[in-house]
Amino acid sequence: MKSEKIKNIFVQGAITPEFIANSIAKHQVKTQIGAHDIFLGQVRADNVDGKIVSAIEYTAHEEMANQVLHEIREATFEKFNLTCMHIYHSLGSVASGEICLFVFVSSPRRKEVFQAIEHLVEEIKAKAPIYGKEIFEDESHQWKLNS
Amino acid sequence: MKVTVKFFGLLSEVANCDEEVFMTDGHTVTELLQVIYRKHPKLQLQQFQIAQGNKLVTDQIKLTGELIALLPPFSGG
Repeated sequence: MKSEKIKNIFVQGAITPEFIANSIAKHQVKTQIGAHDIFLGQVRADNVDGKIVSAIEYTAHEEMANQVLHEIREATFEKFNLTCMHIYHSLGSVASGEICLFVFVSSPRRKEVFQAIEHLVEEIKAKAPIYGKEIFEDESHQWKLNS
Repeated sequence: MKVTVKFFGLLSEVANCDEEVFMTDGHTVTELLQVIYRKHPKLQLQQFQIAQGNKLVTDQIKLTGELIALLPPFSGG
């Protein structure tokens, strides 16, 4: 299934476990699927020089990010035999321990989903104009750098 | 030409705003950057890519009047 329309990947605040569970449940009618794979990015309480990250505040060039993600999505459908693909990223504040990125791929067979999920997550990190500001417990901050 | 420039991530702190309108007689992104640097010289020390519309562009590209975004290294996920 190829998506033609540009979708909005952004969700305000954390991505909840209920949202993820619902997303899984919606696939029970798609009985040609034999394998799902899910990546969940979680905000880590990093210790930076004795200060602990309590949340990340996400901002983005939303229109460009949605366009870039559309291109990544189309290219990934070309590259792998996938039945469907869902990508969600948080905007605004996400507390440590909460989910900020949800990537979900489905295919008739397992090998495709293992490869596709890694490919997608790496592409999102490298190409989507999204920014994380790490907020410390004392309310100071630093801009997150992806490693 | 009137061009709206958006500053993302760390650059919004360096410029002390998220968005600003600049006037330029120039025709390229490089010429616009000179105008931006006059107002915000500290931006010259920062690493960033430039997008016009929703596409990454090089310095030599012609200005179209679409939104210009200054994008420091991405840190999503």
